[in-house]
Amino acid sequence: MKHLGKSYKKTDSTTILSGKAAYTEDFIPSNALCIKVLRSPHAFAKIVDINIEAALKVPGVEAIYTYKDVPQTRFTLAGQSYPEPSAYDMLILDQVVRYVGDEVALVVAVDERSALKAMPLIKVKYEVYEPVLDMHTAIDHPSIIHAEDDLHYNFPVGGDPKRNIACSYSHVVGDLEAELAKCDYVVEESYFDQATLQSAMETFRTFATIDQFNRLVITSSTQVPFHIRRHVARALGISAAQIRVIKPRIGGGFGSKQTGCTEMFPAFVTWKLKKPSYIVYDRHEANNCSTSRHARDWKIRVGATKDGIIQVIDMVAVSDAGAHGSHALTTFTAGEHKSLPLYNKTKAIRYESNVVYTNHMPGGAFRGYGATEALWPLECAITKLAHTMGVDEIELRLKNLIGVGETAQSFHPGEVLASGLLKEAIQKAKEMSNWDNRPKSWKIDDRHMGGLGVALAFQGSGIANIDSASVEVRMLDDGTYMLFTGSTDMGQGSNTALAQIACETLGCPMDMMVVYEADTDVVPFDPGSYASSTTYVTGTATKLACDELKEKILQEFGRILEVDPSTLSFDGEKVWTEDGSKTMTTKELAPKLVSGPKGHYLSGMATWGSQTSPPPFMVGIAEVKVDLETGKVTPENYYAVVDCGTVVNRNLATVQTEGGVVQGIGMALYEEIRYSSRGVLETNNFMHYKLPTRLDIGNIHVDFVESYEPTGAYGIKSIGEVVINTSCPAIQGAILNATGAEVTTLPMIPERVYKALQNK
Amino acid sequence: MEIMLQVNGVKRKVLIETDEMLLETLRNLGFYSVRCGCDTTNCGLCTVWVDGDPMLSCAYPTFRAVGHEITTLEGVAEEAAHLADCLAEEGADQCGYCTTGMMMSAIALSRKYPNATDEEIKAYLNNNLCRCTGYESHMRGIRKFLGGKTL
Repeated sequence: MKHLGKSYKKTDSTTILSGKAAYTEDFIPSNALCIKVLRSPHAFAKIVDINIEAALKVPGVEAIYTYKDVPQTRFTLAGQSYPEPSAYDMLILDQVVRYVGDEVALVVAVDERSALKAMPLIKVKYEVYEPVLDMHTAIDHPSIIHAEDDLHYNFPVGGDPKRNIACSYSHVVGDLEAELAKCDYVVEESYFDQATLQSAMETFRTFATIDQFNRLVITSSTQVPFHIRRHVARALGISAAQIRVIKPRIGGGFGSKQTGCTEMFPAFVTWKLKKPSYIVYDRHEANNCSTSRHARDWKIRVGATKDGIIQVIDMVAVSDAGAHGSHALTTFTAGEHKSLPLYNKTKAIRYESNVVYTNHMPGGAFRGYGATEALWPLECAITKLAHTMGVDEIELRLKNLIGVGETAQSFHPGEVLASGLLKEAIQKAKEMSNWDNRPKSWKIDDRHMGGLGVALAFQGSGIANIDSASVEVRMLDDGTYMLFTGSTDMGQGSNTALAQIACETLGCPMDMMVVYEADTDVVPFDPGSYASSTTYVTGTATKLACDELKEKILQEFGRILEVDPSTLSFDGEKVWTEDGSKTMTTKELAPKLVSGPKGHYLSGMATWGSQTSPPPFMVGIAEVKVDLETGKVTPENYYAVVDCGTVVNRNLATVQTEGGVVQGIGMALYEEIRYSSRGVLETNNFMHYKLPTRLDIGNIHVDFVESYEPTGAYGIKSIGEVVINTSCPAIQGAILNATGAEVTTLPMIPERVYKALQNK
Repeated sequence: MEIMLQVNGVKRKVLIETDEMLLETLRNLGFYSVRCGCDTTNCGLCTVWVDGDPMLSCAYPTFRAVGHEITTLEGVAEEAAHLADCLAEEGADQCGYCTTGMMMSAIALSRKYPNATDEEIKAYLNNNLCRCTGYESHMRGIRKFLGGKTL
């Protein structure tokens, strides 16, 4: 391999590390109007009167918009391929407000200070309703959160809005109770995973302008430019051709920007006023008024026979959709496919949840997308089962682990695991952590115990049979190349990975390839970067587009050199005949192709979607120190081995893993969205919402095993999400091993660990 | 109000609001390396130097900067380029949004404590949050930077 596996620097490093204009806010035109949002102080209410007269008189205020001014077409902001499985249950501004912080009015002014002056002068009368603040009491609650008659589903997702059910899912295979009755060991437990915030360092922001053709141009910090274009087109009632969406460099996403957030407001204001406008959320708004991971309360039963075979896995949850159904169904369903197949010797499984509307901030996408949530109860329960049976928890897992070529009860008919060095990864993680030669619990001093815990994880690579990527690669008029993609580099380095795949295919050096991305006027359709799709799906489309271009280039060389193209060798820069008599560079060829009657401008174009979503695999082993007096858990070491197929860029894959593990540590030990009894978010800044700092994480050790995935290009799978999935259960197991304390609620903050220590 | 502000060695007249914070002033002047991540002094993205010491510009009133030397990443471009290279070689830039603020802390560290241990580096940079990297690659890059730095 010439380029794959190399640790190239990211192609945007120089720009983003020098302070040059690169991110959305850096490009806001100086004459753009500032938009501020007046927000609801109530968790659930109807606006009965809204008076904007006094506010409009504030100097500098250009316009104020309320629910009376916006189009009445409901939409979803979920960044998913059409037809989205998320309910169309939103308006740009709604007469009903459904959580504290929901939008009430848009104040548009020449600057931020004028807008802020006007905001308190808007007088709103609310009819306040009893809010639904506990997902366990949401179903058939007297308050119906979405009582509107025009709420729309594209197809049935088990929703019943009049009962506050956004959607529901149940998959049962086999006879659960009969199989459980045959088991020698059954563990049963409840586990709760909390709502968490993606916390990209760049908050949500968008500006909009009108171009010279009177079209709407939206520049936004988004993972999904094409989905944003479609959603805005629907909401404003205009065609996609009237809209251009551009994503500059963005300051992180982690799924938060797979859902529209700020885009609608400048889009609406600018389209209405035909003037540029912008909105930048502060951290308070970003934490309070976007989308979070869905909280889930699980009940799990796992049954095994005395030979150590897991016969039954039964997982039932209640899930909190919050105020809107964005990603409500698919975050749940995705979790099944990425957890249960790990242990495929089962005779019966159930995976089931009602996902209910509440008056919380809406749920959405967060790295791991349901798999993180599902693997938390499953892996904790497997560890509990190993303890109950008195066997090594890795041995139990190995005995039940799916093998290559095998299917699982939760797989689709005919689906098998096509690749994966699962056992090799486990062996490597054991060696890294010295698992076999050390106790799983040890005394550090009179106050502290040490422990080791383990968890396994799958994820997917793209969304099978739904998402597909299109890529175009052109040879420019000087013989260099440009690749056009609608995938979105959000810092993970996908532009660099795609450039490596393209250069691997064409053979050229990296400096001959430029990747241009995420501008809907310029690049072909791509759903965007989510679902661990870019390196696998867009990467395979990249290879196919480059194959096509290469073929065309060889044809042209053959024509001009008057030789059979099949006799030519090509390295991306030049061709030569075997006998060395004829040679020519792309630099010499390209000008000939863009002039004269024999001109033939060359481009390769490919669209590719997969029929499967090959699972990357990860083993995580956590080593922690537990303070018996306070319950404080300190991560000491984390050993991570990932099988993401062929590693495209070792450095970037390593940093993905380290970053994912640490986000997982945040979810395991520190981060949680908390509301007051009135539904007011209490964790709306980084003082109260605790992101891990560099002193809170211990040392992360990363390695890879490389299986070869046969379905896409170059054996590649994915890495972006699988890496967040093991931290919570591995740390839970480490605490359990260290102290015997079984913590079943996330995050495992000192109070909870201390209580568990008292209860053991 | 109009004040004299010295940024990166250049004195200039600047028109500011009385309650304006240095972060806003610097961004208005086009110093885009200075970014807002939280507005509650928790994240470190807006780190600049006041008379050579790291300071959170989101909580530093601009009028207080009169008579002091303000330095942004743009003002230490040569060291910044070297550190940027060390970080990029480890893939430690990722989204890059927090990195420039962290770099201001790291360059200050390299001047004050060129022989800092790993634990000292972590403690010094603890106020600079990062959501992408998990911090380990920062350490690899900074170690390389400190090791290769000639004083």
